[in-house]
Amino acid sequence: MSANTELKRPKAPGRLKLYFTAALLLVLLWVSSVQTESSLSELIKGFPNMLDLLKEMFPPRWSYFHKIVDAMLDTIRMALVGTTIGAILAIPVALLCASNITAIKWITYPVRLVLNLVRTMPDLLLAAIFVAIFGLGPLPGIFALSVFSLGLVAKLTYEALETIEPGPLEAMTSVGANMTQRIVYGVMPQIQAHFISFTLYTFEINVRAAAILGLVGAGGIGHYYEVTLGFLEYDKTCVIILFTLAIVLLIDYASTKLREKLL
Amino acid sequence: MSMIEIRNVSKIYPNATKGLNGINLSIDKGEFVVIVGLSGAGKSTLLRSINRLHDISEGEILINGSSITGAKGKQLRMIRRNIGMIFQSFNLVKRSTVLRNVLAGRVGYHSTLRTILGMFPKPDIDLAFEALDRVNIVEKAYSRADELSGGQQQRVAIARVLAQEAKIILADEPVASLDPLTTKQVMDDLKKINQELGITTIVNLHFIDLAREYATRIIGLRAGEVVFDGPVSEATDERFAEIYGRPIKRDELLGDVSV
Repeated sequence: MSANTELKRPKAPGRLKLYFTAALLLVLLWVSSVQTESSLSELIKGFPNMLDLLKEMFPPRWSYFHKIVDAMLDTIRMALVGTTIGAILAIPVALLCASNITAIKWITYPVRLVLNLVRTMPDLLLAAIFVAIFGLGPLPGIFALSVFSLGLVAKLTYEALETIEPGPLEAMTSVGANMTQRIVYGVMPQIQAHFISFTLYTFEINVRAAAILGLVGAGGIGHYYEVTLGFLEYDKTCVIILFTLAIVLLIDYASTKLREKLL
Repeated sequence: MSMIEIRNVSKIYPNATKGLNGINLSIDKGEFVVIVGLSGAGKSTLLRSINRLHDISEGEILINGSSITGAKGKQLRMIRRNIGMIFQSFNLVKRSTVLRNVLAGRVGYHSTLRTILGMFPKPDIDLAFEALDRVNIVEKAYSRADELSGGQQQRVAIARVLAQEAKIILADEPVASLDPLTTKQVMDDLKKINQELGITTIVNLHFIDLAREYATRIIGLRAGEVVFDGPVSEATDERFAEIYGRPIKRDELLGDVSV
């Protein structure tokens, strides 16, 4: 009897794949660290330096605060305008990408390809390019954030679009609605909460991104990082960091609460 | 002239299975037709061919004399406007209000811009409320559709068709996801509308006693072909057994429901 059950048992799947993956990961890690000449001992050796830096940062020079309020507000404004422009432009793009709405593969695939290309561009690179075109100031920063938001919101929205219920769309077809009416009555009510949520999420990311865009001359608080770090005024840098942290936490919290309410 | 004229209609799916095979039917104004058959017999395909949610492979379908199978663009939408459809899964927009769902039936009558802005004229809104009143659900007008029970949602769908001022109602398994009691109410609503407003009604059903109770004419489909077409009096158990290719089972009867 017991011999019989032994026979019926299927052979346990091999663990070779797991061991191989682990080995591959270790090799990758080792090669990367050798190539970049980074080592744990160096990190430990650098530790006193980090402490020195921290010591210079404290106490923060609070008097610097009033000088950067305007730049911080600019940063938030850039994120706000950039997100809005990007989100609006994302609507038609997302509709063109969604295969259940644009049933023509000749349209959806090329648009998705372009969208993926846009998304591979880091926002800092985009900002640098726009600074080269439009000159210094917040304008190139806004454009960079718009393009970045367009990519992110369109991608998230079209993926959500492809999961909507087809029923209401079919019902709108049956009442004799045209394409626009089908989208407004059959698609929009199903997607709008998701869309607003994605836009808020993108805004959170954009506030963080906008804080460093100034490094390449695209306006906002980032410029002051460069200046204070350049002049080794670490107590001022500390004020900027703390201020940015507070603003980002505040906006993240508000946006998360709003998104919870929406969905 | 008949309301719906189905001429030699066949439908072949891309995987070469025949959905419909040489169907010829003529349905007059005011008829209450019930289509019965096993699942996969082509009931749904036939119904969806009538308002061209499905395209057919061969033949022609005329609605009130004009060909829907040959129509395009605006012409097609104008024909569809006269054909209301009721679905098994209701197909309401769950996050919209009941009233907006009913008004959605009116979009075929107005310009795109007007409907985008949701500016429906007063007579339309009156019509929507009348429609809701007819299916006894007017007090739910400002509720969100997903707050309603299944039976109530199906009545909203019927109100949408009424607001659409359709001349024909196609109902694809309208009671398949409802309990026996609400099934009666929804079927009674459909019958009442058919009799009072003279709207030609075609319903797909799989409960044969329900078919006998409500239909004026029964059409039996089997493997995409019409195997029975006649008045209720001729639709005996033996004929049903022929349509189904086997004796009738218990679960094909809804049973007695006292309302």
